[in-house]
Amino acid sequence: MNIKTLNLALAMSMAWGTAASAQTEIQWWHAFTGRLGELLDAQVAQFNASQSDYKVVATHKGNYSEALNAGIAAFRAGEQPHLLQVFEVGTATMMAATGAIKPVYEVMEESGLPFDPNAYIPAVTGYYTTADGQMLSYPYNSSTQVLYVNRDKLSEAGIDPDVDLSTWEAWDAVLTQLKDAGVTCPYTTSWQSWVHLESFSAYHDVPFATKSNGFEGFDAELVFNGPLQVAHIEQLGKWAQEGKFIYNGRRNEAGANFRGGECALFTESSAGYAGVKAEAQFDFDIRHLPYWDSVEAAPQNTIIGGASVWIMAGKPAEEYKGVAAFLNFLSSPEVQAKWHQDTGYLPITTAAGELTESQGFYAANPGTEIAGLQMTRNAPTANSKGLRLGSYDQIRTIIDEELEGVWSGQKTAEAALNSAVERGNQLLRRFEQANR
Amino acid sequence: MEKRVIFKGWMLPALLLLPQIVITAIFFFYPAGQAIWQSMFVPDPFGLKTQFVGLGNFEYLLGDPYYRASFVTTAIFSGLVTVVSMGVALYLAILADRLIKGSGTYRTLLIWPYAVAPAVAGVLWMFMFNTRVGVVAWYLGLLGYDWNHVLDEAEAMGLVVVASSWGRISYNFLFFLAGLQAIPRSVIEAAAIDGAKFWTRFRTIVWPLLSPTTFFLLVVNVVYAFFETFGVIHTITAGGPQQATTILVYKVYSDGFVGQDLGSSAAQSVILLLLVGILTVIQFKFIERRVHY
Repeated sequence: MNIKTLNLALAMSMAWGTAASAQTEIQWWHAFTGRLGELLDAQVAQFNASQSDYKVVATHKGNYSEALNAGIAAFRAGEQPHLLQVFEVGTATMMAATGAIKPVYEVMEESGLPFDPNAYIPAVTGYYTTADGQMLSYPYNSSTQVLYVNRDKLSEAGIDPDVDLSTWEAWDAVLTQLKDAGVTCPYTTSWQSWVHLESFSAYHDVPFATKSNGFEGFDAELVFNGPLQVAHIEQLGKWAQEGKFIYNGRRNEAGANFRGGECALFTESSAGYAGVKAEAQFDFDIRHLPYWDSVEAAPQNTIIGGASVWIMAGKPAEEYKGVAAFLNFLSSPEVQAKWHQDTGYLPITTAAGELTESQGFYAANPGTEIAGLQMTRNAPTANSKGLRLGSYDQIRTIIDEELEGVWSGQKTAEAALNSAVERGNQLLRRFEQANR
Repeated sequence: MEKRVIFKGWMLPALLLLPQIVITAIFFFYPAGQAIWQSMFVPDPFGLKTQFVGLGNFEYLLGDPYYRASFVTTAIFSGLVTVVSMGVALYLAILADRLIKGSGTYRTLLIWPYAVAPAVAGVLWMFMFNTRVGVVAWYLGLLGYDWNHVLDEAEAMGLVVVASSWGRISYNFLFFLAGLQAIPRSVIEAAAIDGAKFWTRFRTIVWPLLSPTTFFLLVVNVVYAFFETFGVIHTITAGGPQQATTILVYKVYSDGFVGQDLGSSAAQSVILLLLVGILTVIQFKFIERRVHY
């Protein structure tokens, strides 16, 4: 390289540097990889191209737990990003950190940009709002549980593929028929605690924890060892012993078994839709999550999972304007509708849902509307708004451990749930102490 | 006789010691001091507020039956890893020592697994024994054995022990082989001429003369099983099922980085520090006496 080209390069990099510094950079740390990561990057690129004042820089920081830890460590070092994606079970941890976070409603108010809290779907945003309805974090990706059915597998076993599976009461006969027909995996699930305890409780309108599942204070106690939950887990344990329910792992390991065509029935997040659609070599459909018909309150509504985006405190006011502009962009019906259709995550605004409907997406992809319907079926009650419990990531691990004891036949459902409640409550008391 | 070098003045010896002291202070005393300090508080994850609880964290931990069970798990795990990795390595070293042809090739091949990082080793074993797609699990299924380390505690423990020992066998093999080759042939041959069979020779000559190596490996392997097996456990079982493979180090991680409970995590580090200190003292006080240098 000669002096001339070196000078040229230097001049160019300086010019580029000044051009870049005219824009305010907004850092966003997230936990998405693969297809979801690509879609997220596309949103960011679209926002950056749509205006010239701000530049959002999205950085992948590992899985949900790792991204949260990275955010916490960065805050302690004073180098936090503007936006941090935190999974739903980290909500209480973030909420408790007054001083580390800046609520969404505050940022939107200060920015002067139009912000109508009523445009959002309460069943989705409710998880992330204060008791009086103020939005704390931005519900970026939310999903809920649905039932995926392998229709070919049912036909092969001599069962009508449209057989009624809407209530758990109807299941035993179907599972027995599948098992007798030699199906190795009649039923499997992902996220056992989320599907069979957290959402199960909301769906049947029974409390998961006291104090409205923790919404009313950190002194909440777990109560998911009630008779209904025990009966449900006992039934699943029985199916596990009989080889009708096959356990594949704590997260979404079971997805591979369903998509590969081994399992007939599968309860999983609505966001699993893209994967099933891409890989399944069989005829499938999506249905409502089953409920116990004997419970009068059921079906209430299911609760969400996924993650929200938190705004971190300690940045100049000017930069929060950029954050507000970006969140406004994400909420626009077009961006929301595309995100909903591409990923299977729920639309967070009513307008995005209506736009998807009018574009004919639901008609062309039957079953994709189920998740939204299931969430909005009834106005959420104190038991079905969501969960707001400290150390919940670890409590979920405890629940996983205890449920595994039931599936393997080592523990009764009652003993396992009692033990999970007792161990979980200890962690809740620790959390309460740390955030006094 | 003992040789002694006497320094004139204290500047030069102090200067020579300085790098080691600085490194020890920065990488050992400072973090250890921090851990002890933090173990007396219950902070929130963001470091916004903190409360002094004195020995409260220790009280909380020792009152937790799962934490106490973790000591037993750690003892079983470390014991098994040490015995398996040293036993197999010694057996292989004795065989390689007796080889006349091709010993170089065997040695090289046996050393290879040592280059595999624990996390990678964990993933390899996890895939082989995966309950649905694992090759080994599939063959076991053909034999009529339903392998499921996701639910079975004994199988999970067996798997992490084997995965942790695997790479370690190479390391131990190297030391045992060197130790065996350092034993004078003449002693062994003399015993052979006197009519001592292999086992008698091993018991009365080889084993005692090998004891410094064995002792060294014992200390090193116990420390390995305590601290460096984290990657294996994290990738294969994540401490499950039902905490059956949650060793002390894994619990420090899961309470601190999954549970964000830094006070409890710091207290656990302090307990580990004490435990390793005690173990080392025991090893040097009682076992070293039986070692012949």
